[in-house]
Amino acid sequence: MAIRRRDFLKSAGLAAASVALPRLARGADTASIYDIERFGNARILHITDTHAQLNPVYFREPSVNIGIGEMAGRPPHLVGRAFLDRFGIRPDSADAYAFTCFEFEKSAGRFGKLGGFAHLKTLIDRLRGDAGEKHSLLVDGGDLWQGTGLANVMQGRDMVEVANLLGIEAMTGHWEFTYGEQALRDNLERFKGEFLAQNVFLTEEAAFNDALAFDKATGRVFKPSTIRELGGRRVAIIGQAFPYVPIAHPKRFTPDWTFGIREEELQKHVDALRGTDKVDAVILLSHNGMDVDLKLASRVTGIDVILGGHTHDAVPQPIPVKNPSGTTLVTNAGSNGKFLAVLDLALDKGKVSDIHYHLLPVYSELLKPDPAMAELIGRLRAPRVTDWSEKIATPDRLLYRRGNFTGPIDELICAALRTELDAEIALSPGFRWGVTALSGQALTMEDVLAETAITYPETYVQEMTGAEIKDVLEDICDNLFNADPYYQQGGDMVRAGGLSYTCAPEAVIGSRISELKLNDGKALSASHRYKVAGWASVNGQQGAPVWDVVAKYLRSGRMMPERLGSGVTLKGVEGNPGIAGQG
Amino acid sequence: MTTTTGPHPTRRLILQGAASVALIGLGNLPFAAGPARAAANDKYPEEAFKQKSEADAIKALYGKTAEPSDKVKLDAPEIAENGGVVPVSVTTTLDKVTSISFFVAENPFALAASYKIPDGTIPGVANRLKMAKTTNVVAIVEADGKLFSATKEVKVTVGGCGG
Repeated sequence: MAIRRRDFLKSAGLAAASVALPRLARGADTASIYDIERFGNARILHITDTHAQLNPVYFREPSVNIGIGEMAGRPPHLVGRAFLDRFGIRPDSADAYAFTCFEFEKSAGRFGKLGGFAHLKTLIDRLRGDAGEKHSLLVDGGDLWQGTGLANVMQGRDMVEVANLLGIEAMTGHWEFTYGEQALRDNLERFKGEFLAQNVFLTEEAAFNDALAFDKATGRVFKPSTIRELGGRRVAIIGQAFPYVPIAHPKRFTPDWTFGIREEELQKHVDALRGTDKVDAVILLSHNGMDVDLKLASRVTGIDVILGGHTHDAVPQPIPVKNPSGTTLVTNAGSNGKFLAVLDLALDKGKVSDIHYHLLPVYSELLKPDPAMAELIGRLRAPRVTDWSEKIATPDRLLYRRGNFTGPIDELICAALRTELDAEIALSPGFRWGVTALSGQALTMEDVLAETAITYPETYVQEMTGAEIKDVLEDICDNLFNADPYYQQGGDMVRAGGLSYTCAPEAVIGSRISELKLNDGKALSASHRYKVAGWASVNGQQGAPVWDVVAKYLRSGRMMPERLGSGVTLKGVEGNPGIAGQG
Repeated sequence: MTTTTGPHPTRRLILQGAASVALIGLGNLPFAAGPARAAANDKYPEEAFKQKSEADAIKALYGKTAEPSDKVKLDAPEIAENGGVVPVSVTTTLDKVTSISFFVAENPFALAASYKIPDGTIPGVANRLKMAKTTNVVAIVEADGKLFSATKEVKVTVGGCGG
């Protein structure tokens, strides 16, 4: 595909992704957007939540990402124009397309796909080359091993090979844990980097039974941190895995391990790195999610920068957070391989004197794919790609998932569940991964798997009373909108098919959800029992994998329902800049 | 059993320490019921365990009210990994501690456990709570005849849908 030089040039005057001075004036070569002014003596490159997307993708950023309480109107809870205004991004620019949902379909044709590991490899090598030997480090914030059919059947082994070739030196995890302990450990045997997690401990029972641990005295299952020499200084990288793995996912995958934010253990570890190991900088490689990281930064002292992920927020600039002993910068680096974060540090003895941060969109049309990585990706995909390349449907509308309440992909999944499993109501998880398909783009099984590939895909049908359905909605809604970020799990609201409701995000649990109605307009009765279909249950289920249910529905020629039953009416958040349209 | 854990005992060591204090909630079941008010009383505080509300349970157990104190450190998860066994622990820098008790505000019966702390014992207790739903966990430390408390909300969720 030809590089749309003209379109990219228009955006070249823009320095959206830098807290430093605007980028240097650029020459005619559009790829010069990747010429970053040399700064400092250490460069840390950060990717996160790539969700195993080996090839470039379309991914529409959300049009609904509501922040409530203290988070209202603050990054990352800005969408569309409010986001562009906050970060000074021109609406017609490539960066507007990369960072927001603004005129997504129009811009997708102009700027093409983002990400892809062969393209990332080219960009990473170039930026590491610019920094010089022993001056750079590449870290991954987790959710590297999950998100595609290939990663799912290979239990993440494909991504370990890719990570090794890419040169990832340290990572932490989230969905990595859903392959279970044995697969995780097998993968880590092959991984050339280090897997870091300060907040994963043996349960008391497992410790009593002498289960495998990195440190038996503390019960830590994994190495908590690593110290690397960069630019002649010592930099500590601490890993913070997703704190709620056994709650958000079936506990059977990690029966011996207990997670949590572990603020106190983290503080002790930071203090030891500073006091005993005399490191010059402390970086937290976090899969907490941005709201949790912002709160943590205000309470835990001694961390210079939190390189964050999980909530898939592409935030162009670090957010400074004051705490009792200084300021911690908090970042979040987007998802699906769309972005590469570049943290340039000026390190002195015992301190970071200055930083420059860039969150670079990975425009695949501006980057030549690295031949070795392209070859590896081809080799990994080859055994499966034929089976999954059959076109099974061509949707007549844009399909995306990301958004607090719903997205067309999930409306489609709910329609498939209700039709194929003959249920009145369908519930589908509010994951934030899953790529975007343009209107008229043929869908293959590989595309369906990219929306559904998890290790607990079994569908179910069960009877639930109206009261039970409301309780489930209230419970999940609180995971999203609890005023205290430490009580949020990340992810978005469960998607409801065949059911509409009103939601007041700023209310408290038990009173956010009201006016529940079936598609025919009848109010949901608290005592009546309804047939409810779903998938991704934390309890074991026996039904067909959801991807087969969705594929069967699509093959039957059915498409999107005309009248969508997943309408959510929002209450009490009028004017919130985290809303740019329903979704 | 003696504990030699230093000023910052780890949780596992605290657990060992817990075995050395009398667990009033188990054993010592009284054959003769009687008014069981003060925690210093050796008798099983039957009335306190029968109270539904946290305030009534505290009143029945101690006969007085507690004041919040940052010297009581309550460690509990924000979100329980399993509502059936929620690990909680309490440590305190208060002197002359004579008892430590746990309350779960919206459990059917609020008092979950009460421990007597013999003189000279490190005042640290860890145990698991069974929680019916999201609610406050309250720890009360009785020290020098006064009550001090720490409170933390623990969420019990249906789970799923993360990420």
